[in-house]
Amino acid sequence: MADTFEIQDLHVKIEEREILKGVDLVVRKGEVHALMGPNGSGKSTLANAILGHPKYTVTSGKILMKGENILEMETDERARKGLFLAFQYPCEVPGVRQSNFLRLACNARAGRDMDVMDFYKKLEDKMKVLDIDEKFLKRYLNEGFSGGEKKRNEILQMMMLEPEFAVMDETDSGLDIDALKVVSRGVNELRGPGLGILIITHYERILRYINPDFVHILVDGKIVKSGGPDLAAHLEEHGYDWIIKDAEAAPAPVKG
Amino acid sequence: MSTASPDQVLPGAYKEGFHDVNIKALHKVPKGPTHEVIDYMCDTKGEPDWMRQFRHRSLDLFLKATIPEWMPGLRDIDYDAITYYASPIEKSARRWEDVPIEIRNTYDKLGIAKEEQKLLGGLGAQIDSEMAYHNIQESLSKRGVIFLSCDDGMKEYPEIFKEHFAKSIPPEDNKFAALNSAFWSGGSFVYVPKGVKCDVPLSVYFRINAEQFGQFERTLIICEDDSFCHYVEGCSAPVYTTNSLHSAVVEIFVKDRARCRYTTIQNWSTDVYNLVTKRAFLYKNSVMEWVDGNLGSKRTVKYPSCYMLGEGGHGEILSLASSDKGMWQDAGAKLVFFAPNCTGRINSKSISGHGGRASYRGLVQVNEAAQNCRVQVNCDALILDEISRSDTYPVMEIDGDLATIEHEASVSNVSEEQLFYLQSRGIKKEDAVAMIVNGFIEPIVKELPMEFAVEINRLINLQMEGSVG
Ligand SMILES: Nc1ncnc2c1ncn2[C@@H]1O[C@H](COP(=O)(O)OP(=O)(O)O)[C@@H](O)[C@H]1O
Ligand SMILES: [Mg+2]
Repeated sequence: MADTFEIQDLHVKIEEREILKGVDLVVRKGEVHALMGPNGSGKSTLANAILGHPKYTVTSGKILMKGENILEMETDERARKGLFLAFQYPCEVPGVRQSNFLRLACNARAGRDMDVMDFYKKLEDKMKVLDIDEKFLKRYLNEGFSGGEKKRNEILQMMMLEPEFAVMDETDSGLDIDALKVVSRGVNELRGPGLGILIITHYERILRYINPDFVHILVDGKIVKSGGPDLAAHLEEHGYDWIIKDAEAAPAPVKG
Repeated sequence: MSTASPDQVLPGAYKEGFHDVNIKALHKVPKGPTHEVIDYMCDTKGEPDWMRQFRHRSLDLFLKATIPEWMPGLRDIDYDAITYYASPIEKSARRWEDVPIEIRNTYDKLGIAKEEQKLLGGLGAQIDSEMAYHNIQESLSKRGVIFLSCDDGMKEYPEIFKEHFAKSIPPEDNKFAALNSAFWSGGSFVYVPKGVKCDVPLSVYFRINAEQFGQFERTLIICEDDSFCHYVEGCSAPVYTTNSLHSAVVEIFVKDRARCRYTTIQNWSTDVYNLVTKRAFLYKNSVMEWVDGNLGSKRTVKYPSCYMLGEGGHGEILSLASSDKGMWQDAGAKLVFFAPNCTGRINSKSISGHGGRASYRGLVQVNEAAQNCRVQVNCDALILDEISRSDTYPVMEIDGDLATIEHEASVSNVSEEQLFYLQSRGIKKEDAVAMIVNGFIEPIVKELPMEFAVEINRLINLQMEGSVG
């Protein structure tokens, strides 16, 4: 219980339209789960609902983090409890310096003001792992960043905040192979018994660098199939069509 | 005494709202804008005849002048309820020790500590009508830099004074320029000789202490060829329940290849009408930069302007306005081109919250003789809640050939996506809002001296409290 992140029969709607139609998923600390699925199947909706985006309304179901229902909590409280989302499209916040933002976020997560020297030492280490230039600290949060820089910044924040459960929404999309390797290096460094990860992806590519323990397929707001790493390889070869057909033929969801 | 506690007027934000009852006026005239008051002032100050005539003429102009139609929100000023001259001091001191103790106490409370002088080329402090203190570093005065109260400037340097005084802003310019011309008192006189660069700022703090009072300081800055200076002013007043008037005139002359920067952080209490005329004349290849921060007052009407008189000049106005409950900031900028190959830039950022209103009013005028000028205008407004308001009134009058004018404007709210992003990192909503707002004004705040930047961030954070539901 203390080591699980559990989604139970989650229904989510956006503007009166139901997008998630009963999602069940359990991620234990130390595990990496991959969530795959065609565009528009509701992957980002799940990620946003987990962090409590105000546009996404949970109509029924539960999300339990270490046994505690987090649905009543504000987004920032969820984050301070150790939940993290690496955004598919990280937004720009003009005029807010990276260094300042990272320090405030780290202090919020730690629940105290970190020693400034310790903070910068840690930041420097993590930036090295991700091949990030020190000029980066003086820039404004994501402003004018390339797609790759934004994704790297997400992983840097994840490394700095040391979450217990992390959702990574299409971190691989838009990255070339070198950038993908760098990002994966960061994630693999974080991987360990204290962290559960849900990697959302459209392609199998990233899973070659970050090997998942479980793979789930989301189609039209439901997880229709779950399995081991070989499921991802199978998808890569055969596409999503066979699963969609299977799902239509046997509408009962396969629980993960 | 109808002193209201600051909390009643603006929740928690205004720490300068105290009124020091120990400061007593030595000179105080009957209320109302009259010729008798002018005579009393001229007698007390021992002014030359030409100034007495100038003041009387200006008062006549003021009494006749009307407020333009586009300048609403000023109709309820009761000019007869205001005192036009009041001074708690006899004489401007040049040593801090010589400033009366009650006044020093007020300045201590405001944090204008003596220590700050170390970072400054000069420091001035005006209370009500007069400059209580005015001093300049010896290293600058040795190089011929003059930094005096405007009154002392008139007495000690009558020729330079008369050559420039009211030459860029005559009393005919507008009703409030006329009012200032009639009752001006205090302000600074700055003269920077040819080629002298003042590498540290000259700083002046304006304080109103009296109630229902009119402060009419007058500042005259002359930068001779190839010189540089940075003048910084701050202002505040106690919180009363009655209205006061602050109507300044600032005239700047930037001669060939000289550069002047004028930074203002205006933080008047919300019972002060702040109606200021600021104008710079730019000569050949000179540079003028107005950095204008408006954080307080009940109503501000102020458009710092650059008149490009010589070829190749560059005029720049960075304007920041924050309108909270009970405030209306009508701030903006004017760029007027009379000479060819000049450039200008206006960057305006406004924030309105708790029902405050912020307007940008800008004029870009390119006259026929001004060929090949380039102007860039950006004005961005951030509105924090549904009851607050922002308007933009840009006017362009282009007659010169080959002018390049760029204008960009935006109005936005604190975006849900930005809030979600910051909150998803554990940052509380209020802190996230303050971060976004501070980020919005950062391009202007980064141009400010350090202590002002810190103060602005503090004020903005306080003003943000409870807004954005
Ligand atoms: N903010 C939003 N407003 C309106 N519709 C949305 C929003 N986000 C997602 N949707 C809709 O919800 C469905 C699922 O989208 P999404 O969760 O982004 O899918 P995926 O990440 O799997 O591609 C799509 O039909 C999409 O158009
Ligand atoms: Mg998506």
